[in-house]
Amino acid sequence: MPEHTVDLLKVEHLAVHYGDLVGVADVSIEVQPGSIVALLGSNGAGKTTTLNAIAGLVPASKGSIEWRGENIARQPAYAIVRKGLALSPEGWRLFTGQTVEQNLRLGTTPLADRKRAPEMLERVYALFPRLMERLRQRAGTLSGGERQMLALGRALMGEPRILMLDEPSLGLAPSIIETLYETLGRLHDQGLTLLIAEQSIQLALEVADYAYVLQTGRTVLDGTAESLAADPQVRRIYLGLETGEATG
Amino acid sequence: MILLQVIVAGLLIGAVYALFSSGLTLVWGMMNVINFAHGEFVMLGMYVAFWAFTLAHFGVASFSAAAAVVLFMLGVLVYLALIRHVMRGPMLAQILSTFGLLLVLRYAAFWAFGANFVSLPDGILGPSLNVGGILLSAPKLVAGVVALAVTIGMHLLLTRTMLGSRILAVAEDRNAAMLMGIRPDRMQAIAWGLSGASAGIAGALIATFFPISATVGESLGLIAFVVVTFGGFGSVPGAMIAGLIIGLIESLSAYYVGPVYQDVFVYALFVLVLWIRPRGLMGKA
Ligand SMILES: Nc1ncnc2c1ncn2[C@@H]1O[C@H](COP(=O)(O)OP(=O)(O)OP(=O)(O)O)[C@@H](O)[C@H]1O
Ligand SMILES: [Mg+2]
Repeated sequence: MPEHTVDLLKVEHLAVHYGDLVGVADVSIEVQPGSIVALLGSNGAGKTTTLNAIAGLVPASKGSIEWRGENIARQPAYAIVRKGLALSPEGWRLFTGQTVEQNLRLGTTPLADRKRAPEMLERVYALFPRLMERLRQRAGTLSGGERQMLALGRALMGEPRILMLDEPSLGLAPSIIETLYETLGRLHDQGLTLLIAEQSIQLALEVADYAYVLQTGRTVLDGTAESLAADPQVRRIYLGLETGEATG
Repeated sequence: MILLQVIVAGLLIGAVYALFSSGLTLVWGMMNVINFAHGEFVMLGMYVAFWAFTLAHFGVASFSAAAAVVLFMLGVLVYLALIRHVMRGPMLAQILSTFGLLLVLRYAAFWAFGANFVSLPDGILGPSLNVGGILLSAPKLVAGVVALAVTIGMHLLLTRTMLGSRILAVAEDRNAAMLMGIRPDRMQAIAWGLSGASAGIAGALIATFFPISATVGESLGLIAFVVVTFGGFGSVPGAMIAGLIIGLIESLSAYYVGPVYQDVFVYALFVLVLWIRPRGLMGKA
């Protein structure tokens, strides 16, 4: 396959500014097709800013974002999602005034072939039978776990090649988080590439192949998930984990 | 029987208020932009009807459709040329821009059509009808029924179609909508078009029983503001109920107290409702 058709996402020296404030200063990450990549870092490290910049919600002030050989750094969000890069944003951002079904149907907008919408709906219902029971209910009335399912389902409706998830486990009960990560694992097995920003590091490192650690807007560390999880220095300094704690 | 007649007449005119107000509430709720020129949109709808009738002998259905199309296009144009740019600016700039638009449209109409009133011929929709003992003017009956149907249609368009779903998605969360591949500027342009079309149809319907002048938008615009505030910003069903109530109050107070005082009652009720329930009948908290 020629280089430009490979589903490679490559962010190089990305900088984003919010007015005079720095969102991220220098972020470089690479997401190989078929992999699960974790983006780690504490509060305010720049995870959301990085994902939002890739998705086109905030403009990059420096650096490049290359997807399948094309620089997408200056493109609007609605164009980027049509290229197969979907973001399920922080806090889910469901359309709470609309029904579950309407939320899912809105997710089909990026499909090049609109006739495939029913097929995508079937697929999402198979993944989350719970949503099918709630079709006519407003998204605003769902429980936390159901909202996460809907957010994930909605992002899948456009049949993305890479799915970016911004803190998908935020505010969920541990059992629901476990189910969520099982689902993500299944989607990955079906060929979906994942880029996951997480604060619950242990969880992320369990599923990820590769991870980047952000600190005050810079990528300060990267490596395979295993190597990062095993390195006691890393665990203490960057991940804020107790050194004695065991990983799964 | 006379009371019933007053009530029905009030509801019919109220349905027309509901129609043009639903257009105002759509762009207000969607973009937080107050279109002070909305009453002028209605006025232009009246003139489109008048000229389509006078020059091309259009019937009521055709000149209403013509008014819808022309005002849809005007709405889109206003969004693209004006609103889109001032939306990024401060609130004051938005207010001044649509207020400026009001003046431009009103005085352009003055200049183009003159200061004299014009009207469509009296019998354009036939004589008054006797429905079960209630005497109703045919134009008002047609206007009320059509306005109600179009308002409900607008509500269904927003809540039951993919297009409406996208418009409401942009209204609720612009960024999340973009992540779905939706172009917010396109949806907003369409919303402005629909807003204009609602005013245009309402104007055409009003023109069948009300004299047309360049300044008629003043009182109609004011009514739209009252209805939207009363019904809750952004709520089409709210605008519908509020429109009907205000038409009813106008009609009842005009009958019992005198036409001169009808506005006093409308505003008194308006203030009362806002005092008890500031977000309006169906507005979001
Ligand atoms: N809209 C904004 N305006 C101004 N500054 C912002 C904005 N969004 C984020 N920032 C700043 O950019 C930096 C990176 O924030 P970001 O939200 O990307 O971090 P994060 O890693 O996602 O944090 P969290 O774990 O809390 O979600 C922070 O210093 C934050 O204060
Ligand atoms: Mg974040």
